[in-house]
Amino acid sequence: MSVAEHEPTTTAGAGTAARADTERRGFPTWARIAVLAGLATAFSIAYLTWGVTGNVAYVIERRSTVLFTMLIVAFAGAIATVLFHTVTDNRILTPSIMGMEALFVLVQTCMVFVFGLAGLSMLPPVAAFVLQAGLMVLFAMLLFKRLFTGGIGSLHLTLLVGIVFGILFTSLAQLMQRLLDPNEFTALQSRLFARLTRADPDLLPWVALLVVGIGVYVWRRHRLYDVVGLGRDTAVNLGVDHTRIAIRTLMIVAVLTAVSTALVGPMTFFGFMAATLAYQIAGRHEHHYVMPIAFLTGLCALVGGQFVLEHLLGHAGTLTVVIEFTGGALFLYFLLRKAAR
Amino acid sequence: MIELTDLTKTYGAATVLDQVSLTIERGGVTSIIGPNGAGKSTMLTIVGRLLKADGGTVTVDGVDVTRARGRDFAKRLSILRQENRFTTRLTVRDLVAFGRYPHSQGRMTGEDHDQVEAALGFLDLVPLGDRFLDELSGGQRQRAYVAMVLCQDTDYVLLDEPLNNLDMKHAVAMMLQIRRAADVLGKTVVIVIHDINFASAYSDRIVAMREGRVAHAGAPKEIMTPEVLRDVFELDVRVEEIDGSLIGVYYR
Repeated sequence: MSVAEHEPTTTAGAGTAARADTERRGFPTWARIAVLAGLATAFSIAYLTWGVTGNVAYVIERRSTVLFTMLIVAFAGAIATVLFHTVTDNRILTPSIMGMEALFVLVQTCMVFVFGLAGLSMLPPVAAFVLQAGLMVLFAMLLFKRLFTGGIGSLHLTLLVGIVFGILFTSLAQLMQRLLDPNEFTALQSRLFARLTRADPDLLPWVALLVVGIGVYVWRRHRLYDVVGLGRDTAVNLGVDHTRIAIRTLMIVAVLTAVSTALVGPMTFFGFMAATLAYQIAGRHEHHYVMPIAFLTGLCALVGGQFVLEHLLGHAGTLTVVIEFTGGALFLYFLLRKAAR
Repeated sequence: MIELTDLTKTYGAATVLDQVSLTIERGGVTSIIGPNGAGKSTMLTIVGRLLKADGGTVTVDGVDVTRARGRDFAKRLSILRQENRFTTRLTVRDLVAFGRYPHSQGRMTGEDHDQVEAALGFLDLVPLGDRFLDELSGGQRQRAYVAMVLCQDTDYVLLDEPLNNLDMKHAVAMMLQIRRAADVLGKTVVIVIHDINFASAYSDRIVAMREGRVAHAGAPKEIMTPEVLRDVFELDVRVEEIDGSLIGVYYR
């Protein structure tokens, strides 16, 4: 092997041209984003306008609310999962699997258990959301506070602790549900069952504001997240305060998960599906590609699916069930493929 | 200058580093040798601020590594660990370009790109620049990692077993490149290495560790003696001078 002749400080001009992405395989990434954006727009227009009869203004308004909800949920679920994957340096576990949604179920169950049916509507929606999100962030903080300080291995320990807490929350909720009066249980269950058409219109503008704020914060740091995605040691070597970034990001993930669950209920595998498909579609690691693609993929799945189920199949099923099934199957596929290696 | 003072690290009852004090002067190549479990990698990892010590301090040019601002420190010292595995799929050029992050914060200038190409050239990686890391052999990947830390353009470069995964030919090439990084680029290189003969032939100083302490430190001719090697490795080593290098023979 011959040792190269030039020295880092003296070579000039060679770099810029070589940076061109001509060597990359297949369709350019921006084109993939454009196709997804086009698809999402087409689905949205189709969903809004398909077979509108009768009171047009009312129908469009109702559908717009659902579309707006899907927009927020797609963003929250997809971005939360991508960020979670980046800071925890894994691509299998998601915030939902870590017990965040189980906590939502537990809080809702507690409300009904303690206050009865009134518990579900006791607080105004915005206050209920703030309480819910606050509890989830608090849980995330307690869980992740001591993370990343003990070096290697503690991440996996923390993830395990999170999963165990998730099981604990679910079991507690189930215990309380068994003790409920059947009427209360039915009301609770309809609340815990994810439905895209359920979101409270009063809550939407506030949540939208929050999500846009988070979006701006995250987007401004997309280069930082590229480095964080290399894992703790490499990121620290490159001068990133990994502990601080990781804790902040996990707070954001907790808020986004709270947003999604508060609006439509728990969707365990939606984020996983959006993120995993996005990695495949993007074929690149940079967050300024992966994040928009994950969002658009999630949006296409939600809006496209809702369009087909609601308009073409006449409300034949619930979209979240289909998405959970597809996402769960994808999760198992990746888990088994990883295990087989 | 890297200065370690009373550096201590324990895992439960096991003391991995036992009040190590050591000074590594600027310039040249320093090799850290010693048997398994002597605390070599732990010491390097603490100096590279990837691991916290339980006691003692490390300063680099007078700056405490635990207090230094990450971004500034990353322009001064870089560290490459033994095991590197990335969840994301990267090309060699992507990886090496990350070495510029402390300087560019991700907004690469023309000069940053030139540095990337130069680092690729320095490690003979130009033909592999657009290949994905998972398509490379272990040795090629190892060179890509080293290219990244060289691209970081720091005064101090710490490498934990840079010869890991390399065959004889590539091990020699790697040591030559490390030597050139010190001689031509003026870097202070500290490596953890298992092969005492590579350490002897290519370094300016050798630090020999045993049971969490620095047992001996000095020029290769001071360390490469049967007495010192016996003390460090508990093994009889015959030392011969071959082509100007002291070579230890310990195979039988």
